[in-house]
Amino acid sequence: MSPELINLIVQATFESLYMVGIAAALGTAFGLPLGVFLATSRKGELFAAPLVNRVLGIVVNATRSTPFIILVVAIIPFTRLIAGTSIGSTAAIVPLVIASTPFIARLVEAAIREVDGGLIETASSFGASPIQIVFKVLIPEALPGLLLALTLAVVSLLGYSAMVGAVGGGGLGDLGIRYGYQRFMPEMMLAVVVVLIALVQLVQSAGDYLARRVNRRLRHR
Amino acid sequence: MKALSMNAHQSLAIGQPIAPPEAISPAATASDAMVRFEAISKTYPAYRGKPGVNALENIDFAIPRGSITGVIGRSGAGKSSLVRLINGLEKPTTGRVIVDNRDISALAGRELRLAQRSIGMIFQHFNLLSSRTAADNIALPLEIAGWAKADIKARVAELLALVGIADKHDRYPSELSGGQKQRVGIARALATRPDVLLSDEATSALDPQTTRAILDLLANINRELGVTIVLITHEMSVVRQLAREVVVLDAGHVVESGHVADIFTHPKHPITQSFLAEVIGDSLPVSLASRIVAEPAAGGQAVIRVQVRGAGAGDTLVARLARELGLDVSLLSARIDEIGGQHVGSLTLGIPLGISGGEDAVTRTLAWLSQYQFPAERLGYVA
Repeated sequence: MSPELINLIVQATFESLYMVGIAAALGTAFGLPLGVFLATSRKGELFAAPLVNRVLGIVVNATRSTPFIILVVAIIPFTRLIAGTSIGSTAAIVPLVIASTPFIARLVEAAIREVDGGLIETASSFGASPIQIVFKVLIPEALPGLLLALTLAVVSLLGYSAMVGAVGGGGLGDLGIRYGYQRFMPEMMLAVVVVLIALVQLVQSAGDYLARRVNRRLRHR
Repeated sequence: MKALSMNAHQSLAIGQPIAPPEAISPAATASDAMVRFEAISKTYPAYRGKPGVNALENIDFAIPRGSITGVIGRSGAGKSSLVRLINGLEKPTTGRVIVDNRDISALAGRELRLAQRSIGMIFQHFNLLSSRTAADNIALPLEIAGWAKADIKARVAELLALVGIADKHDRYPSELSGGQKQRVGIARALATRPDVLLSDEATSALDPQTTRAILDLLANINRELGVTIVLITHEMSVVRQLAREVVVLDAGHVVESGHVADIFTHPKHPITQSFLAEVIGDSLPVSLASRIVAEPAAGGQAVIRVQVRGAGAGDTLVARLARELGLDVSLLSARIDEIGGQHVGSLTLGIPLGISGGEDAVTRTLAWLSQYQFPAERLGYVA
């Protein structure tokens, strides 16, 4: 493989990492509070607001039902408003964040709901405020689950990022389509797939390791 | 502190009272009541097709300051709702709950949270945070109350020593035994120096030996720190070992309340009687029960069961009966326990029949027992 092609792969890898990294960070920034709220706002819960919970749940489901490639093109005007342009890696981050936020929120909700309700009652019994319960009880106790959720989100984002080539987002998926498929360069396709497999392995292993590190429920030492 | 933690590890001999019953008026007045329930009812509304539930009705009683008060009842009797009214985790449907002369049922938000700091609670399943060490679990209520780091550190060390697990400072709950976890729970509940400690079935998940050690620890805490303890339990043995006052709950109503000794030496309600039977038992040994027949036989014995209630009541009964009536009384079976310093139990006696099966001795024995007000019943005869 020529140095130019290798250079292309390296550049595409960085584009992918850039898009996925920023999108995961922003998706978590929006998805974590949303997920915590979804997990604590049903009737009788910490931040009880059943109606808001219902509406947010419907919005989250609607966003998650929209195929990603349709989402990307459907929100082009919004993307232009936010990023100033609708093409390129930076512009591609907008749909990635919009797709990953509800996904992360649902994973966070599930992880938070795993926390024993008795702990919420316990913290309330010694006068903890709802906010204190979130930060001192729910999030620390759910941390192993949250880290696994984030890992899953990053892996999914790597998959999504392959589709943003449609709006000139670049990245590994785009490279694979344009060179591997359209120019019929199977070695390029193979190289892209190998890099993606390596990235997913790396992310998953790191996530598993961290989740195990913070899990004090069962210690294997 | 040191002496207390050592004490907590000592096991008491069976039947030895933990603390002498004190003369506390059952009708506690406003000032010496730590907790007062005034015309409380608690109704859970119908929800998603499930009918509404009247968890508590017409609850009116006081828990004396500095006492150890047991609240005993079967599951579903309303115990958990009752205890959660004390620390404001639940609100009464009607009535007021006065804790330390403040109406806690009227507080909300920040005021309620401040009041909750003076009420500690321990739980059946300990409810420790798995992500925090023993020390950090105990520190949690102090962090929530906004204590300074250095103060928290000193207080946590003090509490770990108080509950006798100073060496478990850096252990996570998953590395602790049930008894050690409950000690952490107790230390955490006491962290903010509460006036009241609520115990919600705190020993129900522990084995008998660990239960005893935890109850001893609670007794010491009550004695040394003067903390009022409210024990929610379905186990009579817990009330017997620790409580001086008892409230018997059944189907959301208080059916009996007062000194443990009074209530259990003269139980009136069937529920109270069934709890008592759990401790003293009312069944005879199998080898004896299988020999009892309905008809007297010449040269045999009549079987009489005598109920024993009160301090030292049964001590000399057999000897006096034999001496005063001149009978060869045999003791077939006996079970006497101590509740609140009072003897509670029963003796099963064999009274000799005449050569031709005459019941003269039996009649005289029953008359004698009735004269001294020992309730007795004839169970039958043995050969």
